Amino acid sequence: MRGMKMTTENQTFTEKFDLLGCIQCGRCTGGCPVTVRTNLNVRRFVYDAYNEDLLEELSRVADIWDCTACHTCAVRCPKGLKPLEVLIGLRSLVVESGKTEPTVRDALESTFMEGNPWNKPRATRNDWMEGLDVIVAEPEQKVENLFFVCCTIAYDPRVQVTARNIVNLLNKAGVDYAFLGTDETCCGSEIFTLGEDGLFEMLIEDNTEMLNEYQADRIVALSPHCFTTFNTHYPDLNKPVIHYTQLLAELLEQKKLAFKDGLEKKIVYHDPCYLGKQSGVFEEPRSVLKAIEGVELVEFGRNRERSLCCEGGGGKMWVESESKIERLAETRVKDARALEADIIAAACPFCVLTLDDAVKAEGFEEEMRVAEIMEILGELEVMQEKPSSAQEVED
Amino acid sequence: MTEKPKLGVYICHCGINIAATVDVEAVTEFAQSLPNVVVARNYSYMCSDPGQLLIKDDIQESGLNRVVVASCSPRMHEPTFRKALQEAGLNPYYLEMANIREQDSWVHQDREEATAKAKELVAAAVAKVRLLEPLTPREVDAEPAALIIGAGIAGIQAALDIGDAGFKVYLVEQSPSVGGRMAQLDKTFPTLDCSACILTPKMVDVANHPNIELLAYSEVEEVSGFVGNFDVKVRKKARYVDVSKCTGCGDCAEACRVAGRFPNEFEEGMGKRGAIYLPFPQAVPAKYTIDPERCLFLTRGRCGKSPKCVDACQPGAIDFEQKDEIVTFKVGAIIVATGFDVFDAAKKPEYGYTEFPNVITGLEMERLVSASGPTGGEILVDNGEEQIVPKEIAFIQCVGSRDQSVGNEYCSRVCCMYTAKQAHLIKDKIPDAKVKVYYIDVRAFGKGFEEFYDRVRREGIRYVRGNPSEIFKRGNKLIVKVEDTLTATPLEDEFDLVVLAVGLEPRADDRKTIDLLRLSQSPDRFLMEAHPKLRPVDTASDGIFLAGCCQGPKDIPDTVAQAKGAAASALIPLARGKVSIDAQVAGVIEDTCRGCGFCVSICPYTAIELVEINRMGHMVEVARVNEALCKGCGSCSAGCLSNSIQPKSFRDRQILPQIAALGGIK
Repeated sequence: MRGMKMTTENQTFTEKFDLLGCIQCGRCTGGCPVTVRTNLNVRRFVYDAYNEDLLEELSRVADIWDCTACHTCAVRCPKGLKPLEVLIGLRSLVVESGKTEPTVRDALESTFMEGNPWNKPRATRNDWMEGLDVIVAEPEQKVENLFFVCCTIAYDPRVQVTARNIVNLLNKAGVDYAFLGTDETCCGSEIFTLGEDGLFEMLIEDNTEMLNEYQADRIVALSPHCFTTFNTHYPDLNKPVIHYTQLLAELLEQKKLAFKDGLEKKIVYHDPCYLGKQSGVFEEPRSVLKAIEGVELVEFGRNRERSLCCEGGGGKMWVESESKIERLAETRVKDARALEADIIAAACPFCVLTLDDAVKAEGFEEEMRVAEIMEILGELEVMQEKPSSAQEVED
Repeated sequence: MTEKPKLGVYICHCGINIAATVDVEAVTEFAQSLPNVVVARNYSYMCSDPGQLLIKDDIQESGLNRVVVASCSPRMHEPTFRKALQEAGLNPYYLEMANIREQDSWVHQDREEATAKAKELVAAAVAKVRLLEPLTPREVDAEPAALIIGAGIAGIQAALDIGDAGFKVYLVEQSPSVGGRMAQLDKTFPTLDCSACILTPKMVDVANHPNIELLAYSEVEEVSGFVGNFDVKVRKKARYVDVSKCTGCGDCAEACRVAGRFPNEFEEGMGKRGAIYLPFPQAVPAKYTIDPERCLFLTRGRCGKSPKCVDACQPGAIDFEQKDEIVTFKVGAIIVATGFDVFDAAKKPEYGYTEFPNVITGLEMERLVSASGPTGGEILVDNGEEQIVPKEIAFIQCVGSRDQSVGNEYCSRVCCMYTAKQAHLIKDKIPDAKVKVYYIDVRAFGKGFEEFYDRVRREGIRYVRGNPSEIFKRGNKLIVKVEDTLTATPLEDEFDLVVLAVGLEPRADDRKTIDLLRLSQSPDRFLMEAHPKLRPVDTASDGIFLAGCCQGPKDIPDTVAQAKGAAASALIPLARGKVSIDAQVAGVIEDTCRGCGFCVSICPYTAIELVEINRMGHMVEVARVNEALCKGCGSCSAGCLSNSIQPKSFRDRQILPQIAALGGIK
């Protein structure tokens, strides 16, 4: 089930965020990962925002920009509230008043004009495809898997490899797929968390209309942010959305995919908040990694539902925290180092970027590296399992 | 109807409940204008003695033969007014009620519209009441015996009360021993009575009581019939031990080849048992049982050269040939006392219950502090590296309670107090321990509870207001991530042991009982009482009562009180020896019934069967209603293809004019 439609009209702040449902138990702030390095106390905001006269003042507190939208507070809340959305609501007041940081303003403007928050022209969205044999979708053409790349993967040279490698894998495995190409527009995940309600609603409308035109069985998102945003904020989407690790796990399970080479490495998998905590996809990425011969898969002490946020979400790509205290991504790579892992595997472009920076900051480049799962798979020879003769006869 | 209808219409103010929204004078005036209405009156409280007297006097003085009362729902006061009619010499079923409270004044604001609606409801009732027939309730004999399902403290108490009143009790318990959850507890709050010390005498009493037949290790398989006359079928599961020979010496359990291999359910898996076992030393009956899923001989057909239990048992009680036994009997009333499950802490993965051996549940803590528990009462935990006596201990309240994320919105009512008690017991056993209780609200509402909470705090138990969000490990310490909400301080506190104060849930196997007895559940999934305030131990089915935690979380005093209430209610038909059967049931027009049996399959109360009759020399099948089972719901009527089965007082020719009147059709 996809989320409820946004109903903002005629609702007070208190009604919109169900502030009266709160029992002030503190599970939100108790679970909030950034409390170890910032002053953010989300429970206090839920408590104080009940007083509508205080909203303006609260929106000026810098702490509201420390939230990474990991959603731990929402997942843990015993009353079904989403405390982080109170912070987003306060950010909206700032965005409405036009007093945002220039970086945020640029990201929003770029999304409005070019369909991506990275100040890149729409025309170059397909540049990552260069030299690859990519099938680009046509609306009327029937296809099983319609791929949604994500702005960050499409434009950021560090993570473009995710898309490039999956194209190679799909071609070799004979999967029925197509990519959206320059039609693809930002899903709005970060636009929502930055508080630009209006723009987010516009993206939902336009993307729903655009995606619904395609004759595809399902949408496969490369980024957990797009994946979860579609599933929670796009009520009128007419096809299911899965994450690419779910597709790979399915191909492996159906024996339509196998890896020829092995990899003698110790890998620790980092659960992205948007994939794990928020959407409950814990096992598929692990099963993909376990399918590689020779891989020793180890676990962080804080894994799955207790995974530590990398601080990449919630619009934090455009808002820097002032805290000088160790970043969570740095804590994470130190934990990985203690496990003597060779590779920190991630399945999210933001996690790759933040963890990569943390490896550099800690000076662990010699000992370990951060890799998107597709980056690891790209180094292996892929085999398409031959269908059995019985199946051929049936076909 | 031969005599001319003479109607009385009575409009109730219900204080201001109706009168504030409905113009009762206008409705009265309107009623007077309706055909056949002889008198119409309004009064402040029709249900009061003077109100009823108005009706009785009019019946006698004006010769009324039909009465309409426009007041509350018939569920509330239909019995009251029927009684008034009867006392005035009129058939009680010559009454029709117009619900102008629940269906009108309470749900509308506009006085004019509400008044208009009240008039329509009254007109509709008047249209129907003329067509009602006299009905006579019947009485049948009640079997002077009761069935009690579940032998925890609720079932035990109810059995003792009914047995002491001189009636036969069949007490059925599915596990090998009576005692239930209370037997697992160490001390009880707030008095710190030893749970076993106050429970075991009652356990022994039910086993020895001349009026109580204890059917332990047994399950109810079938219940049919109705209040006063239930037929019950019980399966006595094979123990593979001849209870008439078993002395309870325990030589078999010591000898068992797989002794100490399997988690002992009574010890919450912390202690071990073999394939032949006594759940706990004070078990009643004190007879051993062979677990058929664990026993080598029963699962594989051989156990060494010969089963060791057989060799060890001097009285020769082991009997691998024993089979399940079916017992049938009749009872007049049934009490359901099936108890609860504790919340499965694995459903909150953020607390790492399945991962860390030193994160335990409240019930595990009970066994750990109990002198008869797996550690002999010494508080010892595994911190992942070694067995230690914990010095820093946390309690987390509301685990699985007040929590929509796991589907349990309710408060479990016992966790605040059992936590306070366990904190006290720990402080008693480990005086230098630092104990913290993380809470949202402390609910110390029972007798002596607040006083106990005060005492425990003064003993140095630190109460921190904040519900922890997760537990992870750092070195060999558990880290509790929590906010102290009173100081707005996010904390990462270190502990050796965390006790999750898990809440109470409906039993996973409740479904079986619900289907067996056709019970209802309230939104919290516990079994539903007939009325939350006035009929708290009754169910919607006559003669079936609820006791203890199957109806909702409660502590021992409340459970015992409810058990005594259920026993008293169950005793009513037993002591009276008769039960009356409502006359407003379905009736079959045998001349037109085609015997298709559609109504038989529709009836939710299995009240209809097909019988053979002689119709003008031909043997044909027709439907027949068991009036004692029928609830008059009308499902059969809605389904009948030939309009041959209809509930009395709700026949088509009675309700169609009523509906027509509502639609403004004359």
